[in-house]
Amino acid sequence: MGRYVLRRLLQLVPVFVGTTFLIYILVWAVPGNPFTGMCGERPCPPEFVAAMTEKYNLDDSVVVQYLKYMGTLLSGDFGQTYAEQPVSELISNAAPVSLRLALVAVVIEAIIGITAGVLTGLRGRGFLDNLVLVSTLVLIAIPTFVIGFVAQIVLGFQLEILNPTVSSDATWGELIVPGFVLGSLSMAYVSRLTRTSIAENKRADYMRTALAKGQPKRRIVGVHLLRNSAIPVITFLGTDIGNLMGGAIVTEGIFDIHGVGRLVYDGILDKQGAIVVGVVVVLVVVFLLVNLFIDLLYAVIDPRIRYE
Amino acid sequence: MSDPTTAAAGTATDAAAYVTAPEHVTSGPGKPRSLWSDAWRDLRHRPLFLIAGAIIVLLVVIALFPGLFTSADPIHKDLDHFREGPSADAWFGYDGQGRDVFARVVHGTRWTLLVGVAATVLTVLVGGLFGILAGYVGGWLDALISRVGEVFFGLPFVLGAVVILNLVRNAEIRGALPIVFAVVASIAALSWPVAMRIMRSAAIAAKQQDYVRAARGLGASPARVIFRHLLPNCLAPVLVYGTIALGAFISAEATLSFLGIGLRDPVVSWGVMISDARTYIRIAPHMLLFPAGFLAVTVLAFVMLGDAIREALDPKLR
Repeated sequence: MGRYVLRRLLQLVPVFVGTTFLIYILVWAVPGNPFTGMCGERPCPPEFVAAMTEKYNLDDSVVVQYLKYMGTLLSGDFGQTYAEQPVSELISNAAPVSLRLALVAVVIEAIIGITAGVLTGLRGRGFLDNLVLVSTLVLIAIPTFVIGFVAQIVLGFQLEILNPTVSSDATWGELIVPGFVLGSLSMAYVSRLTRTSIAENKRADYMRTALAKGQPKRRIVGVHLLRNSAIPVITFLGTDIGNLMGGAIVTEGIFDIHGVGRLVYDGILDKQGAIVVGVVVVLVVVFLLVNLFIDLLYAVIDPRIRYE
Repeated sequence: MSDPTTAAAGTATDAAAYVTAPEHVTSGPGKPRSLWSDAWRDLRHRPLFLIAGAIIVLLVVIALFPGLFTSADPIHKDLDHFREGPSADAWFGYDGQGRDVFARVVHGTRWTLLVGVAATVLTVLVGGLFGILAGYVGGWLDALISRVGEVFFGLPFVLGAVVILNLVRNAEIRGALPIVFAVVASIAALSWPVAMRIMRSAAIAAKQQDYVRAARGLGASPARVIFRHLLPNCLAPVLVYGTIALGAFISAEATLSFLGIGLRDPVVSWGVMISDARTYIRIAPHMLLFPAGFLAVTVLAFVMLGDAIREALDPKLR
């Protein structure tokens, strides 16, 4: 187990380096003058350009720039924006909001998706199955931003049961509707995945054995069936947490949530490379660690899986 | 085996089996049907497939011949009709600059479908090629391709696309086709690992089969084994992914256009229209609802088609 974790952690290193390097090139190795339009209508004063070139090592080749950046990053320094704001402070302000939003989304999609999937998987074809199938199709077909707008208009402006935008505190209660919008697409996938998985395992031998030895239905479904059908669903949910944190750009924009997605989107538009790379570094680390955690969880769910 | 004529003859029979067999399902009763003709028989009786197919055919006709459906000019501005609701003149009303929404929806179909189809083809080609190589060759090549795939897979989709397209925008690319190509390329760059993984696992499974061993034992070159034996047997899962992904990519294009970094003028697409409509959403909802409705129906059709094909190709689900 310990050796497995160590090996996996070592395998994460090249992926981490690759992803961050890719983003670094995309953000910093822009053809043309990086200072175009940065100081409003007039060109930037030469002192400013010189200072910034010095600060971000823009005279070096991209590889050297990246290595220098990683060097300071590993000592815990995310660098500063052009306005000399520390990037780590911006991220630590935005990250809790995005984390809450992602958690709300994952919890909603897990509860609704798994319930719908289990019910339809157990019952087989029928009215409920068709209902869930059609609703998942509709959720997949309508883009998130349209769902977000409709939710905002109907719930926020017309029925006035909630604020159309989320306050800067972003409490759990305020994040329920945005979380629902954010998780709606994955909810559809979760329920389909659960349904397929349950339907496949329903006819497995261990189910027949459990039934034959007279176990109550609750226990057969709750312990035997759910546990064996959980792996694909949990894998999906795990990959989703990482995606939801960074993929919340649209949802955070609609509901005016000051999270990571908003931060990075503004950073891209303002050419604040330090913010973009810093956020991506954090997101990639989260994504990789969550995936590792999910892999380790497999053995807990299914003892037949062993790591060596 | 090495005789070119027999190889060519083999291609001919196989091409017939894979391409035209579905159209000749009434062939003799003793003849075993291939997976594809079996799937086609099954599909023809599925209402889901028929509905989805009809919608897609209609959309393709709209995309190819928009003039059949509207005579209005999608870029003609008539400020007299500014944000006017639906009427007999303009079924879907007018937008914020007095352009006919119906005409724009009809003319936008072409670009929306083009982005979806092109992104899918590119994703499936790149991902499929790398996947089949990784699965068949294995070893260090597999490790390398898988790691590179993970690098791209680790980037959240919207974030990665925004970064790439912002780069393109800063490079001042103009003209309809270059913009479309940039959007297509960025979608494919972030999605190919999924197709790669599907193809890779299919190839690993197929590699163990006896017919592959037989072909190798007879001295077939790796290229021949890959393209003649492995590929036809690994195609099904990737094609199913491709059909569903087509819907998802159309939706992704709309999202990117909505964020203001995807397609833009002079290209008319549903995403661009929805993006234009967002500021007027409370006073002129028709500007949003019609393109969004078309978008939803299109995505729905492709996802339904993919579902139907998957069920038809996978006998376990029957």
